[in-house]
Amino acid sequence: MGRYDRHIMLKEVGHEGQLELSNAKVLIVGAGGLGCPILQYLTAAGVGTIGIIDFDVVEISNLQRQILFKTSDIGINKALAAKKQLQDLNPTITIEAYPERLTSKNALQLCAAYDVVVDGTDNFVTRYLINDAVVKTGKPLVYGAIFKFEGQLSVFNYQNGPSYRCLFPKPPKKGVIPNCNEVGVLGVLTGIIGTMMANEVIKIILKFSDVLSGVLLCYDSRTTKISKLIIDRNQSEINHIINQTALQEIQVNTQCEPLLGEITELNNLILNQIEFIDVREKHETPKIMSLKYKQVPLGQIKEHLDIIDSNKKIVVFCQSGIRSKKAVELLRDSGITNAVSFKGGVMNMITNIKNIKNEK
Amino acid sequence: MTLNIKYFGLIAEITNCNEETLDFSEGSGSCLLKLLFQKYPALVGIDFQIAQDHKIISKNTMITGAELALLPPFSGG
Repeated sequence: MGRYDRHIMLKEVGHEGQLELSNAKVLIVGAGGLGCPILQYLTAAGVGTIGIIDFDVVEISNLQRQILFKTSDIGINKALAAKKQLQDLNPTITIEAYPERLTSKNALQLCAAYDVVVDGTDNFVTRYLINDAVVKTGKPLVYGAIFKFEGQLSVFNYQNGPSYRCLFPKPPKKGVIPNCNEVGVLGVLTGIIGTMMANEVIKIILKFSDVLSGVLLCYDSRTTKISKLIIDRNQSEINHIINQTALQEIQVNTQCEPLLGEITELNNLILNQIEFIDVREKHETPKIMSLKYKQVPLGQIKEHLDIIDSNKKIVVFCQSGIRSKKAVELLRDSGITNAVSFKGGVMNMITNIKNIKNEK
Repeated sequence: MTLNIKYFGLIAEITNCNEETLDFSEGSGSCLLKLLFQKYPALVGIDFQIAQDHKIISKNTMITGAELALLPPFSGG
């Protein structure tokens, strides 16, 4: 009997479907709790080329849920350790291990080399990077994420369906949403969600009609309740990603900022994506001719919250950098938490803008 | 009207329940948020989406449905 007999016996798969599987190339980002079961099932199913990217090494606390790894793997890179186990499970397929971090420098090239991309990461920086990379390269994305006893699952960027940013346009503030290492996770949950993700990958490859696109499946392992929520495609979010020239800028300016923020330079920020607020009195000079900004004097900020676009990152400046700090506190008290104060005031701002324009 | 609201993930930890019913006069998603922020101040600053009758809606959408859900992003993998 052959390796794939039980697949081939299914008339919905057959020899043809099995051939589709062996011709498919799937990239799995993150060989963790979700990545391990995904990798095992896709390897066993005979997906012809599997890429694994993970920079991390196996730790003893991973073994409770990352079922590919053995105690003897502790200290070894996860992509390499996974490849070793998987190649033994199925030596007939090609497994590419990338023992490195997915970054804005390699994401587009890697996604372009595969047919389906799978998100098994544990952080928002990489999640948004993957999302933007698949939108730019036109690849379907199988997404899963977990929190303690609950999991989310969907397929993004599939046949004009929504992307992850159509569901959550912006990354949450750093430190607000904890990951498994910080709050714990039920080991078997990662197996359930990961296995469902592997199933979606196979449905995409075999061109099944009911791929989980446009729907977010939420699973609670304590109650065994499943909720399905409909997500619409948001074309402006998609266009925004497509029109961005570089991936790096997208993630840096949204995620890696301190909670109570003060910045001293505009590096990595895209000027027209920022809501600049001048909190000086309207008579104060100098004005900045080359920058679009709103004037809201500090004393009136609470009355004028409606004119501030809180969907954008907000940079507040004043004459010296003192009133802008106060303004950021006031905005935070009003629930606007994505504002930062610009240190050094208006003169530093002018210098920064000059530098940016000169670089271009 | 009476709303049945479901809470997911971190939101359920803040509200200390997975589900509850709330009296809501009428208005948009923003009005609902105002009510929720009053009841649960710790929700301010947390990112989440609202679903109405199993569909993700924007904050400007009128609340007409009987079943609402608050859904935060999950980080873990």
